[in-house]
Amino acid sequence: MSIEVIRPGINTTFQDRGRSNLYHLGIPFSGAMDTRNLLITNKLVGNDINDAVIEFALQGPKLKVKQNNINCVVTGNVSFTFKKNSKIYNGECYKTFDLNNNDEIDIISTNNSMYGYFSISGGFKIEKKWNSYSTHLRSKVGPNKGDKIVENDILQLNKNVKPIIKKSIDYSNSKIEFIRVIKGTNFDYFSKESQKSFFENQYQVTNLTDRMGMRLDGNKLNNIKSENIKSEGLIKGVIQVPPDGKPIIMLSDHGTIGGYPKIGVIISADYDKIVQLPPMSKIKFKMIDVKSAEKLFKLYSMETKNILDQI
Amino acid sequence: MIKNISNLGDAAIYCDFGSEVNKEINYEVIKYFKTLRLKNIKGITNLAPSYNKLIITFDLDVINYIELVEKIINLKPDEISDSASKRKKIPICIDEEFALDIERVSKNTNLNIKEVYKHILNKDFYCYMTGFVAGMPFLGDTNKNIRLKRLETPRVKVPKGSVGITEQFCNIYTYESPGGWNIIGNTPVKVFDKNKEENPILIKPGDSVQFYEITKNEFYKIKE
Repeated sequence: MSIEVIRPGINTTFQDRGRSNLYHLGIPFSGAMDTRNLLITNKLVGNDINDAVIEFALQGPKLKVKQNNINCVVTGNVSFTFKKNSKIYNGECYKTFDLNNNDEIDIISTNNSMYGYFSISGGFKIEKKWNSYSTHLRSKVGPNKGDKIVENDILQLNKNVKPIIKKSIDYSNSKIEFIRVIKGTNFDYFSKESQKSFFENQYQVTNLTDRMGMRLDGNKLNNIKSENIKSEGLIKGVIQVPPDGKPIIMLSDHGTIGGYPKIGVIISADYDKIVQLPPMSKIKFKMIDVKSAEKLFKLYSMETKNILDQI
Repeated sequence: MIKNISNLGDAAIYCDFGSEVNKEINYEVIKYFKTLRLKNIKGITNLAPSYNKLIITFDLDVINYIELVEKIINLKPDEISDSASKRKKIPICIDEEFALDIERVSKNTNLNIKEVYKHILNKDFYCYMTGFVAGMPFLGDTNKNIRLKRLETPRVKVPKGSVGITEQFCNIYTYESPGGWNIIGNTPVKVFDKNKEENPILIKPGDSVQFYEITKNEFYKIKE
C-alpha cells in the first residue's frame, strides 16, 4: 500500500495543523499554510480533521498509486489530471475520485494561488514528531526526516478501514480587497507619512516568498527611531521592516527570533488569504483594532464550521 | 516585573520587561516563562521568551486577549530554584579551519589572536534565550573590547557548530545557515538534538556556559 513519487513538485511536504509550544526552543508552528483547506481536505476523504495531508506550492507532485481503491482529493485552486486505465481525465478540485493500482495523478499547478492540498482516505503512514505531523524544513523536524518529498520517494499509506463515500463541495477561496492589520508594537518607529502610506499605497508580493516569509515591494517605510530592536520573539503574521524599508511578513515556518521593528500584524481571519497570494499580487492593508479582529475571526470560524458541516 | 502588557495582533500578548539587556531582567522573563509552562493555562499555544520580552500566543477559539491578560496580571511567578539552571562546559576548536573571522576580529579589536581568546575561553557566559533556528543559544555578555558589529555581507553558509560573536553576544549555529556573526571557532557537540524527545537542547535560558579549547584531533573524535 503505497504511492510512488514520479515528480515531487517544488515544495511538497506533509503538514497538519502545526506544532505548538516549542517557540522557546526555536521551532515555529509550521502546519498547513491554509488551515481551512487542510480541514476541508481531511473532511472530504473522511479522515480526522487533524490528520496530515500533502501540501504543495505552485507546481505539485506527479504520483503513481500502488494499490487498488484509493479514494483521493485535491483542494485549492489547482489544475491537475489523472490517468486511469491509461486514459487521462481532467481533475476537479474539492471532489473525491478513486484510483487503482498503477493509476497516476499529475498535479500541474496552482492557479493564481500558492498552495494546494492532496490526501487519501485512511491517510499516510507517517509518525508524529512532538505531537504533530508537520514538516519544518529549517530544523529538519517532522515526517520524512523533516525533508521535502523528493523524486522516487515511496509514501506508505494507512489501511483505510472506513467505507468510502464520494464527497464534493462547491468552494473557492473568497477574493479579498484588503488584508486587515493590527498596529504592531513598533508602529511609532515610523514617520507619520510612512504610517499613513503603509495603509494608503499598494504593496506587491515579490518572488522572495516561501513558507518562512513573504517579502513585499512598494513604498519605502521611513524608520525615524531605530532600524534594529533588541532581538525578541516573532509570531506568524508579524510584518517586520528591515533597514531597506520594505516589509517582510513572517509566515508559518518563520525564524522564532528577530530584531527588526514590527509595524503590524495580519489578523488571524486573513492569514489563510494572505498566504495564498502568489508573487506579483497586489496587497492593500487596512488598519483595524483588536475587537474588530476578534469579531472577524468569529465569523471566519463560523464560516469554516458551516463549510465542514456541509461535507 | 512586567512593565507593560500589550497585544501583538489579535492572538498574542506582548509582555515588556524593560528595554535593557541584562541578567536581572532576563531572569524575570524566564520566571514568568517557567511558571506559565507549569500552569498550562487553557488556550495558550506558545511562549517565546527573549532578552526582555515574553510573547504568549493563544488560540482565539478558546480565549481572547482581555481574558488572558487578566490571568497574566494575576499570575504569581514562582522563584527559580538554583538547581534548575546548570553550568555547561562546551568544547570548541579554534583552529584556523574553524575560526573563519578571527583575523578580522583581531584586527578590528586591536588585540592579538591570543588576547581575543582570553576573553572567550573559560569565561562564564549566561544564556539569555534560545531560538531563531532550533536550539541556537544567545549567550552574553562578552568583554567590552571584543564587541564588534555583524559582518557587512552575511555569509550564505555558516557551518553547523560555528561559534560566533557580535555586540555583547556570543552564539552557536545549531544548523548550517546564512549568518553574519564573527566566527571564532566550532564545537563538535550536538547543541540541538531532535532525537532527544524530552530534552532536545543542551543549553537552556538561564544556564551558564563556559567554552574550553580542544585540539582538531579531539574535535573529530567527539564529532564521530
